[in-house]
Amino acid sequence: MSEKIATRVAYGKALLEFAPEHPELVVLDADLAGSTNAAVFGNAYPDRFFDMGIAEQNMISVAAGLATCGKHVFASSFAMFSTGRAYEQVRTSVALPRLNVTVVGSHGGLSVGEDGPTHQCCEDLATMSSLPNMTVLCPCDGFEMRLAVKALLEQSGPAYLRMARLATEQFTDAIPGYTFRIGKGVTLRPGKDVTIAATGMMVSMAMKAAELLKEQGIDARVLNISTIKPLDHELLLQAAQETGCIVTTEEHSIIGGLGAAVASYLSETCPVPVIRHGVPDRFGRSGKAMDVLDYFGLNPAGIVEHVHKALALKKG
Amino acid sequence: MKLDPLSLAAAQHRLTALDMVFQAQSGHPGGSLSAIEIVTLLYHEILRVDPTKPDDPDRDRFVLSKGHCTPALYPALADKGFFPKEDLKTFRAMHSYLSGHPERGYIPGVDMTTGSLGQGISAAVGMALAGKMDGKSYRVYTLLGDGELDEGQVWEAAMSAAKFRLDNLCAIVDVNGLQIDGPTADVMPIEPLDQKFEAFGWHVVKCDGHDFDALRAAFAQAAATADKPTVLLAQTVKGKGVSFMENNAGWHGKAPNEEQYRIARAELEAQLAAIEKEVG
Repeated sequence: MSEKIATRVAYGKALLEFAPEHPELVVLDADLAGSTNAAVFGNAYPDRFFDMGIAEQNMISVAAGLATCGKHVFASSFAMFSTGRAYEQVRTSVALPRLNVTVVGSHGGLSVGEDGPTHQCCEDLATMSSLPNMTVLCPCDGFEMRLAVKALLEQSGPAYLRMARLATEQFTDAIPGYTFRIGKGVTLRPGKDVTIAATGMMVSMAMKAAELLKEQGIDARVLNISTIKPLDHELLLQAAQETGCIVTTEEHSIIGGLGAAVASYLSETCPVPVIRHGVPDRFGRSGKAMDVLDYFGLNPAGIVEHVHKALALKKG
Repeated sequence: MKLDPLSLAAAQHRLTALDMVFQAQSGHPGGSLSAIEIVTLLYHEILRVDPTKPDDPDRDRFVLSKGHCTPALYPALADKGFFPKEDLKTFRAMHSYLSGHPERGYIPGVDMTTGSLGQGISAAVGMALAGKMDGKSYRVYTLLGDGELDEGQVWEAAMSAAKFRLDNLCAIVDVNGLQIDGPTADVMPIEPLDQKFEAFGWHVVKCDGHDFDALRAAFAQAAATADKPTVLLAQTVKGKGVSFMENNAGWHGKAPNEEQYRIARAELEAQLAAIEKEVG
């Protein structure tokens, strides 16, 4: 384990790092450039950064207009606003005409903490995944975020990039040869009894859960599914066939996110028990980030509990 | 009064717009007929666009922010040579590329997908901003409805265009005074539009939206204005040219039946014939 870094911090650094080789990169933000870290880019490249004020709808459609003129635009705000307030702009101005705009949502999920349910966006993966033409990414740590930004700059088309407020342990950099490819998941830990498919901040918790399960004699496979769409069908099908049951875990509603995508896919190809661990069909609440996560059971113990549900069904 | 050289094209486009909506039995005649002179002038004299180079990075841009008014746009694009006029007969049909609202990437000459009101002007802001970034001399035009101005996004866009001093941007508002549910003054009062846009940092020009010379003068003013965007508040008549459609909100998004079409076509044909006679 190395340093703790929030994926939003890694995002700002990545924009700065890749700016010289991507002159087409333009960054927009909606008065949250300090929080999203878009300001890191903006301070270095004031001619390629525009603060659009607290006006997310205009920001997204302006991004679309810039993209029609050859720019590759990253437009950031809190996930609640970039994907919620401006949902229809993302849909009609960006996704429908397939423009080179990456909608960036920082402060995704419950780990927003004290700001409470008005700002805890647990629906963004659902809304963005439901749009045709969209790529939806949710990197698990700072190192992977850097790779995700690079990959997005090298491809074209509409995308959503989710990032978190909280500083979390960076671990993928310590994995020899770790690579990130859009649409490809990564097996972080082999296992034969159950598969835990995780995304975002829940990936490191899934690794911890696997350690707890090992003590109970359960051999859990852990997958990092950092691309929610297009989903890595091959990796998931193999996991279903080889381990016979799946637990998905995400800092997002169990409706419409990773869990729903995995369950939908496997129900049509290899119907094994799929247990969705995530935010139940409820709004979040205000509190310290870790307290809120614990309240909703979004921790290694919560994952372990769901693994037992999956195993019970598998045996049944 | 001397006949304008574009009167003939406008009368033809008006007739084509009616035919398109009747054939499709679907579409928006009212706001299309009010915008005919504006769109005709743009494509015949104002816009520097070339149908053989639809992706030319230096071309002027046009965004139909009031995207439902394709019966005004498509005849002008066909006339300009972006696609065959024959295809206009397939408007809104299942396998036609001429969809109900403009779609970028499918329809030659269409710079932006629009139809959800308020988004087009923002996209136009983005295009104008890109032009400034790249030191290009192209200009960006966008046509809005007055009902569309209810959308908060329009005013977000207006603020940002002023912030970035987009003097390469010209918005035209088709002020026909009606929206789907009735007069704009009743549905959602938006006047005084001139004072609103001025307060938002725009140069404002009021003109008659059916008078080519007035429109020409307004566009010339826009082109000559530095450091700020310009909006043309073009006063128009919704349903212009068809007696029973004029100033009637009921014709916002409704196709005429056969009897209504027969009467409307007779009126528009008479107008066209009168112009042709004068032209000689």
